[in-house]
Amino acid sequence: MLTVSTGNNAVAAAVRQANPAVVAAYPITPQTEIVEQIANYVTNGSLKSKYIPVESEHSAMAACIGASITGVRTFTATSSHGLLYMHEMVNWAAGARLPIVMANVNRALGPGWNVWAEHTDALQTRDTGWLQVYVSTVQEAYDATLMAFRIAEDRRVYLPVMINLDGFALSHISQQLEESEVGDFIPPLVLDHAIQTDAPAGYGCMTSSADYFRIRYDIERSMRDSVQVIKETEEAFAQTFGRKYSWTEEYRCEDADVLILAMGTLGKEAEVAVDILRNEGVKAGSMRVRWIRPFPELNLGDRELVVIDRNYSFGFGGILATSIRAKTGKECYNVIAGLGGQEVTYHDIAGFVRDRRIGEEFWFGVDA
Amino acid sequence: MSGTSASEYIWKCTSACAGCSSSLILRHVLKAAGPDTVLVVPACCTSVLQGVWPNTSFNIPVYNVAFAAAAAVASGMAAAFESMGRTTNVIAYAGDGGTVDIGIQALSGALERGTNFLYICYDNEAYGNTGMQRSGSTPLGARTTTTPGGKTHVKKDLDRIIAAHHLPYMATACSAYPQDLVKKVQKALSIKGPKFMHILAPCPPGWRYDASQTIEVGKMAVKTGIWAMYEREYDSLTLSGPTKAAMIKPAPLEDYLKMQGRFSSISEDAIRVIRGEIERNLRLLKAEAEGTC
Ligand SMILES: Cc1ncc(C[n+]2csc(CCOP(=O)(O)OP(=O)(O)O)c2C)c(N)n1
Ligand code: SF4
Repeated sequence: MLTVSTGNNAVAAAVRQANPAVVAAYPITPQTEIVEQIANYVTNGSLKSKYIPVESEHSAMAACIGASITGVRTFTATSSHGLLYMHEMVNWAAGARLPIVMANVNRALGPGWNVWAEHTDALQTRDTGWLQVYVSTVQEAYDATLMAFRIAEDRRVYLPVMINLDGFALSHISQQLEESEVGDFIPPLVLDHAIQTDAPAGYGCMTSSADYFRIRYDIERSMRDSVQVIKETEEAFAQTFGRKYSWTEEYRCEDADVLILAMGTLGKEAEVAVDILRNEGVKAGSMRVRWIRPFPELNLGDRELVVIDRNYSFGFGGILATSIRAKTGKECYNVIAGLGGQEVTYHDIAGFVRDRRIGEEFWFGVDA
Repeated sequence: MSGTSASEYIWKCTSACAGCSSSLILRHVLKAAGPDTVLVVPACCTSVLQGVWPNTSFNIPVYNVAFAAAAAVASGMAAAFESMGRTTNVIAYAGDGGTVDIGIQALSGALERGTNFLYICYDNEAYGNTGMQRSGSTPLGARTTTTPGGKTHVKKDLDRIIAAHHLPYMATACSAYPQDLVKKVQKALSIKGPKFMHILAPCPPGWRYDASQTIEVGKMAVKTGIWAMYEREYDSLTLSGPTKAAMIKPAPLEDYLKMQGRFSSISEDAIRVIRGEIERNLRLLKAEAEGTC
């Protein structure tokens, strides 16, 4: 079915298709619409979930954890300060190996108060054991949400998945959306470690250093196995619904001399910048990084790299750029742009490429 | 004990301190609840006394969670069981710190939303797990590691905060009166919706008395009236027998304080304030029980 939808409503529509048993969530701008829409679905009977309107984000994730450990499908959504407020439980969900799915609408962190897009919120939770995908269109928000359930709930993964969409720039814009009947694309959840009263066990109790270490190792092994699961899921998705996704979305990369790497909506804008640059005779290509955890294998060749970060790790650098440097040993031109929703157009992005100074960092709109 | 399961759900190998009344309470709670029960436990002494994975001294599924999260985790669990049509008991078992301090927001939310669960706060009046720091539940004048000169504030009135949520069932109990405790747990579990129990749990290392005195100290708390036992079903309050007796002829407060090292430096002023608190509390409870308030 073809409709027009916002990014937020697309996420809610996908959640309705996935039909979780329990949704627990707390509103925060710009995620609020997701919560409201799910509440509407539950009220009008089109979604059968138990909807728990909790009193805080800490409790939203805690309630999802409590529900998930019984073996049922769960969902929540948050943003920015909400994500930070639930950080303790975000760790808990992954450590407890619970396939919770969460949409995070990326937003800046106070102070000063700012409700606009920035990726620092989600990236502050990047070491928690959650899989993280960054989407760039309304359709992708919908599709990634559907796939997230199948990936998280795969026995080889059993880790939570976070779908990230840019605040306002994607959460509140309207685009065409093709909704699909999921059918058996998301199989029923079978959680091997679901709590059983006829087979009592202790969950999350005190653990020796050696066992704790092994549990961490196990998380990392599943993180690596998730690479295959993500690939399989995206292939199955393409076969079932005809919409194709891959680890990095590449645009005119084959013969490119310079690559633009970015995440979320800026990664999409970069494609237009590539066309502008190509018209000027610059052989540019764009590589939109979708999954940041697990981190992608990047096939960069010997091309020059312009990496745009809508985030920052103070005292260190843009998080995508420093990750690429660490993983590939390649230098780049690191542009910090779009923090707190700063407007960045495709003309600006083309400008970053024209003015690139490999090995340097540039704060757009601040640095001269 | 009559009417409870003959099975044991806590085995003898816990790592609780000698004379720990909280583990005694839990033993009775689980016997009253039976095997179709899941326990949700936040950070507290109870997370320690289970033992170290993969061994556990509990014969019941125990879900350990972060300090502030017990009531919210239980909320999700109760909703999930409901979605599956299961009637499994969901019991949160938390210390006073996890209840009156850090966990109170989640507890309040879960009660307000009508969560079908039983929340039990065992009150040892300090943070036992981390070595006896003060909590909101520590009484005035009690020495803890963070109130070395004696606590300068009175104990937070948790029960009236809970009562303000207008819930179907709440009760107070004490480890020294196990029959009363078991009856209250059974009653709580027979009611659908949010239930709350606040149980006094004397703690030998925290209160600084000999482990052999655990029952005597608990009885004395009730006899002096410093710990009152009752049930409240919505607005209707019923005083429990030992508290009715204490209202008629209370034991001297000093006798209770003298039994415990934590009160060794308490001032006369503090004792006067505590006495005033006890009198006020009992007066209010009595009026409520008689329907005259
Ligand atoms: C967020 C957080 N802060 C602090 C702690 C440390 N901590 C663990 S248990 C505990 C005290 C528990 O006290 P209480 O709830 O009274 O239970 P008890 O230990 O007395 O059984 C504290 C402070 C923690 N685990 N998590
Ligand atoms: S510190 Fe107190 S409550 Fe904790 S295990 Fe020891 S006796 Fe029990």
